[in-house]
Amino acid sequence: MKYKFFFMMIVLWVLVYIGKPYLAIQAVELTLSNVYQMFLIIPPIFILLGLLDVWVPRQTMARFLGEGSGIKGIVLSFVAGAMAAGPLYGAFPAAAVFLKKQVSFRNVFIFIGAWSTVKVPMFLFEWQSLGWRFAITRLCLNIAGILLIAWVLDTLLKPEDRRWIRQQADDLCM
Amino acid sequence: MEYVFYIAAFLFLGISFTKDKGKTMQALGKAWTTFRTILPQLLGILLFTGMVLSITNSEVISRIIGQQSGWLGTLGAAVIGSLTLIPGFVALPMCALLLRNGAGYMQIGAFVSTLMMVGVVTFPMEKLYLGTKTAAIRNGLAFLFSLLVAVIIGWVHR
Repeated sequence: MKYKFFFMMIVLWVLVYIGKPYLAIQAVELTLSNVYQMFLIIPPIFILLGLLDVWVPRQTMARFLGEGSGIKGIVLSFVAGAMAAGPLYGAFPAAAVFLKKQVSFRNVFIFIGAWSTVKVPMFLFEWQSLGWRFAITRLCLNIAGILLIAWVLDTLLKPEDRRWIRQQADDLCM
Repeated sequence: MEYVFYIAAFLFLGISFTKDKGKTMQALGKAWTTFRTILPQLLGILLFTGMVLSITNSEVISRIIGQQSGWLGTLGAAVIGSLTLIPGFVALPMCALLLRNGAGYMQIGAFVSTLMMVGVVTFPMEKLYLGTKTAAIRNGLAFLFSLLVAVIIGWVHR
């Protein structure tokens, strides 16, 4: 049931509305502002992903980011993730296009990691709101942590997991 | 600056269209398919996030992770960060406010790190792409890593 989570949320909203109406009304406003933010980023990102999928040949992506792309592939995946915008859930459709183009699993995990927590505009904002000591400490740790997490995930993945994920990527972005 | 992605998308769409109409339509079709794939989860996520933001203001959060909340507060902050999905431009000023009101750096470090890296609400979507096992391991590792980040952030601010 694809909409299970959505309907659960509707039930939650109704319950909150019965219990504390003002919280539900406030939530409507907040949701609308979230929807606006979502529409600012998600549609163009998906269009760019569609274009990437159609125009960039598999061999090109594989050469730059595939198995054996080495340190250059790592840096490139990291930079690609860090330059992206938008919430974490945008990273997965992007990762699917990468997987379809034979990007290595390690590089896909580096990309997801960088997307989640190292973003250039967010870094500047973090510096401004929480101070340079906070922002720089977190950046340095994140670079190491993202590589480590990607390496562990890549090591733990079994051949059948890899097949399943690649197949799923093919199916999801037809 | 806000529209930079739209500008880029339209620019590349234009170039693509002059080169090959068919391929451009194909790309738009793929974009639409991707959007439709995540739409059910996305709607749930938007409703959940709106409600969580409505219920938890900085007062509620600072009660949990406020002054002297120590290790338990750090763990609490990490859990709250994992459960919530707040855009960074809302979360970071809120954290700055919390710090001024006496929250500890270690707790804020845990919150910021899990907020960005761990996604319980987005888990159904992540599962769709990576499978349950891989998604669970990724989130678990990110959670543990965030605790380490919190300790070190606390240490550099001691």
